[in-house]
Amino acid sequence: MKRTPGTMLLRWSGRILVGVILVFVLLPGVVVAISAFNDRAILAFPPQAWSLRWFWRAFSYADFAKGFWNGLTVTVWASSIAVVVGSAFAFAIHRYKFVLRDVLEGILLSPLIIPHYTIGLGVLILASQTNVGRGFPLVIFAHVVMVLPFVMRSTYISLENLDTRLELVASSLGATPLRILFTVTIPLLIPGLLSGWLFAAILSFNEFTATLFVSSQATQTLPVAMYNYVREFADPTLAALSVIYIVVTATLLTIANSFLGLGKILNVDAH
Amino acid sequence: MNTRPFLGWFVSPAGLVAAGLVAAMLAVFQYSVRAYIPGSLEVGGFTWQNFAAMLRPLYALAFWNTVLLCFETAVFTLILAYPLAYALVRTNSSALRSFILIVSVTPLFLGEVVRTYSWMIVLGNNGFLNTLLLKLGLLDRPVQMMFTAGGVVAALVHVTMPIMVIMLAAALSHIDRNYEKAAESLGAGSVRIFMTITLPLSMPGIVAGFSTAFAWTFSAFATPQLIGGGRVSTVSTLIYQLGFSSFNFPFAASLSIIGLALSLAVIALLKKAASPLERMAGTT
Repeated sequence: MKRTPGTMLLRWSGRILVGVILVFVLLPGVVVAISAFNDRAILAFPPQAWSLRWFWRAFSYADFAKGFWNGLTVTVWASSIAVVVGSAFAFAIHRYKFVLRDVLEGILLSPLIIPHYTIGLGVLILASQTNVGRGFPLVIFAHVVMVLPFVMRSTYISLENLDTRLELVASSLGATPLRILFTVTIPLLIPGLLSGWLFAAILSFNEFTATLFVSSQATQTLPVAMYNYVREFADPTLAALSVIYIVVTATLLTIANSFLGLGKILNVDAH
Repeated sequence: MNTRPFLGWFVSPAGLVAAGLVAAMLAVFQYSVRAYIPGSLEVGGFTWQNFAAMLRPLYALAFWNTVLLCFETAVFTLILAYPLAYALVRTNSSALRSFILIVSVTPLFLGEVVRTYSWMIVLGNNGFLNTLLLKLGLLDRPVQMMFTAGGVVAALVHVTMPIMVIMLAAALSHIDRNYEKAAESLGAGSVRIFMTITLPLSMPGIVAGFSTAFAWTFSAFATPQLIGGGRVSTVSTLIYQLGFSSFNFPFAASLSIIGLALSLAVIALLKKAASPLERMAGTT
């Protein structure tokens, strides 16, 4: 580019614009971090005194601890079931043609566009019609439905990149299909399965709207417990919890990035 | 020899999940045409009453508000996300690139409640923004930002930003830079290059991002519920209120069906409206 005053002006205004937008994106996180260390129960800027007591309360508040363990239970079950079911199905649609293949695929991908409150309402009505209680299996089922599309995609992408000649070699050496599956195909798919599991787990742990519909007092997950807290109290406990949340998520993302590559996970998401 | 090993084993669990999902959706359909019996969780006989009731101004207004809210959110998200995606793809500094990437991606994994709560602290009457503006002497007394449609839009824009940035960045990174270089060598200025080449070529990303932002906003619940505080009613907050305050599940079901149909229609319309633009981008 020529360095005329016009292009210089354009370039600098572009930089300032990007800076302002980044401030907008970062602002809530910074404000939450500041208020989490505020000593007083009422929000005030700038805080007059600092303390860690809201972090202590976030850890000792019984509903949060229970919500955390409930959420972990739901997340581990839901994302593990989704990885087994979703990757097996992705394998089948990648390799074979069969009756109702496209219909099944369409149905299982539809939670990407169906609002989560519709899914939650549907599962809740179904449960009341069939007299299934609002226990963990119900919450786990709703979560499996919602994270399945992401798992299917990440496995499908890995299958696209799989060198099928390795399977042919094993087959020509006399290996049975079952043996090929467990000694060649699945080991080669491990990175895709892991990133699919991780992505499903993060989504499931954070899912709120559908969970609010299908969970009960006994099965409420952390986001639901946090929502209930905001409606009752106005102190900075939730700010402290948010800070913990942000730090843990950023750490997990950094680990995922160094092992699996953020681009890979995003690829799953960006299409 | 079986040419499709494991087919049954691999498809049947997925088939079970699909059957469950279809049953849940059918349950919503079935409830939407049943009568509501006040004070009871049982439903009555067949009726169109729930759909007829939606024509009442209160509910018609909620639909109109929701569409408007989604549209405003998608427009503002696009305006703010485009420069960020452009900088992400075109910057020469790798430090800036990873900074923008991490800053715009982390919120994607934080969940609606955490992000909405942080906006409550920013927008409240004793919140960050009001305090800042008062201290700077730009205001005499706090401006009401919580419980307003504007506050809801600001928070929703923040919620939908990451996905929009990712989609726009994907589109921008696939543009062949040679077109821009050719235009430059023919004497076009940078503004003209952007308007006639870069912007039209990034149209597929704009359409994809815009409709995703629209759909996300349509299904958002925590943000309009907490920041709107009951004073901004959307389809999602109405459904929750009908279901869990008055236990009118039939009406909640019919609302969510119309809501689903409406959001699908708007997304289809957006795709259709954008197809001439995409074709244009394909031939330039």
